[in-house]
Amino acid sequence: MKVVLKDMTKKFPNRNKKIREDVIAVNNFNFEIPDGKLIGLLGPSGCGKSTALNLMSGLQKPTSGRIFFGDDDVTDLPAENRGVGLVFQNYALYPHMTVRQNILFPLQNLKGDAKLPKEVMEEKALEAAKLVQLEELMERKPSELSGGQQQRVAIARALVKMPRILLLDEPLSNLDARLRLQTREEIRRIQRETKITTVFVTHDQEEAMSISDMIVVMKEGVIQQIGKPQEVYDEPINLFVAKFLGTPPINVFEAEIKEGKLYIGEEAVLEVDLPDQPVHAAIRPEGFILSENGALSFELDEVEVMGRDITVVSKHPQFEGTEIRSIISSENTVNFADKKVRFDLKRNKVFLFSKETEERIRF
Amino acid sequence: METNNKKAWLYLLPALLFLGVFMVYPLVDVFIYSFEEGYNSASQSYFGVGGYNYDYVLHDPYFLQAVKNTFILVIITVPLSTGISLLISLGLSSIRKLRELYQTIYFLPYVTNTLAVGLVFMILFKKTPYTDGFANLILSWIGASPIDFIDGPYWAKMFVLCFYTIWAVMPFKILVLTSSLASVREDFYNAAKVDGASKFRIFTKITLPMISPTMFYLIITGFIGAFKAYSDAVALFGTDLNAAEMNTIVGYIYDMLYGNSGGYPSYASAAAIILFVIILTITCINLLISKKNVHYS
Repeated sequence: MKVVLKDMTKKFPNRNKKIREDVIAVNNFNFEIPDGKLIGLLGPSGCGKSTALNLMSGLQKPTSGRIFFGDDDVTDLPAENRGVGLVFQNYALYPHMTVRQNILFPLQNLKGDAKLPKEVMEEKALEAAKLVQLEELMERKPSELSGGQQQRVAIARALVKMPRILLLDEPLSNLDARLRLQTREEIRRIQRETKITTVFVTHDQEEAMSISDMIVVMKEGVIQQIGKPQEVYDEPINLFVAKFLGTPPINVFEAEIKEGKLYIGEEAVLEVDLPDQPVHAAIRPEGFILSENGALSFELDEVEVMGRDITVVSKHPQFEGTEIRSIISSENTVNFADKKVRFDLKRNKVFLFSKETEERIRF
Repeated sequence: METNNKKAWLYLLPALLFLGVFMVYPLVDVFIYSFEEGYNSASQSYFGVGGYNYDYVLHDPYFLQAVKNTFILVIITVPLSTGISLLISLGLSSIRKLRELYQTIYFLPYVTNTLAVGLVFMILFKKTPYTDGFANLILSWIGASPIDFIDGPYWAKMFVLCFYTIWAVMPFKILVLTSSLASVREDFYNAAKVDGASKFRIFTKITLPMISPTMFYLIITGFIGAFKAYSDAVALFGTDLNAAEMNTIVGYIYDMLYGNSGGYPSYASAAAIILFVIILTITCINLLISKKNVHYS
């Protein structure tokens, strides 16, 4: 089922009653989620991504705009009639019901023609439990399960009625690092098997990048960029997106274009065919090539050896953060002698952004 | 470990002493009295030991009347007051505006003196040569003939007593239930909505089980409280409850000790033990039922 959001806007009255102006949580959303894809809704906390999810689920009504599931306009349908599956951040498993009862609950709610005989319900519940590999734990109460198992019950409960779309709100944030890795693969596998259009919300860019078919980067209620994870990473359209994606984060410098050359400080580092202007130059950590006669020199701080590669931590007066992190292959050796390190830059790993608008300037 | 144990007992000693002197000893004493025939508190003497006291009490028409009254009171008021309180609490938790005001209004009866309220009820229900009372005024609007609720037929008096009891116990129940309802996380309701549950199913499958420990607490204390009812009846019908046919078991015990026909601590003790057994039985039944239906998270 494809999902289309058209001019979707959600405003909340300001908590501070003296301020008349509404808070705009979701601002004029326009995008189409293709059928059967896994979409990551990504942004820092407070950017409106959970609100966007709640609007799709029907738990909240948009202030304006329409929401379509396939060709159906579902904007005015309440959550109970929308046929969505929702996995809550804290799972919201009914604590007084067993795993079986939790999974059965959505089926038992079906009314009229959709009503199922008991055996079919049991069968479907077992099927859903098998999908998340929980069939052994059907008679347990949620309090007797680990965090990862509870998460899987929540997914089974959301999936059992074969929802038109599946929504996941920060599904991995309550799990420890190892389980998070495992569960995100699990989510990917389940989504592939069921082919249900899935939207999941996260503030963790790595999580979104690793399993999504498409990511939507948001900031303050506005969509910044939509695209395949690698595309968005390789071609960020503004400084925010460039900074938000990637670990370690992108290195941003105060730079200037003079006479067809990009200057960081006194050093001309790249030839660019652009008019003279001040810019933000952002360089991915993997965009550095260690070179004795490199164009760009940093003050060397330390070298972190990670086995597969080396992180060079250094400083530069024009750098907009505290420490520059560049990742190079561990086959290189860094010379500590003069406390300086020199790099050449990979052209496709350097992005320029306007000083005023922070929009991308292509070169 | 050994010294720790001694310390623990030392800390517990004051509480144990008080409980022992003022709770356990009297209980045991009452139990003993109930088997001492013809005990005289002035001379501290008795004729013999046996079950005569029980035999007397169980054949005393006043006691049987009191048992009947108490049971009617319990059976009518406990479910009704709990049910109405639940409805009001649900209403309270679904409104936003003026919720605090309503909560205060509903809680007011709890801080009002029983006897003062009894007086108000008398005015509402009593029929005098000058006025038929407020309740009869309303009855007259629907064309019914006036009834004397305070000195009239048995069912009318019982109605007033039940009405009064329900009214008096509701504030506390509403208070406890409202806070219990507020403690159910919004997420569960949202999850149930997304799962397609109707309002009614959300109530029976989510809300009720979630607040079941509170409901259970209210029902148990409600039963015990209603079995021990006495002051409400006095407030409405005066101290000669036997004449008004409105006595309760506790009222009977009081009368046996201090009332006009009083001075029989042995009978009073036997009645007290019977009440104790009744409450114990009902509470045990409650506990058994609760094992299945109460969910502690």
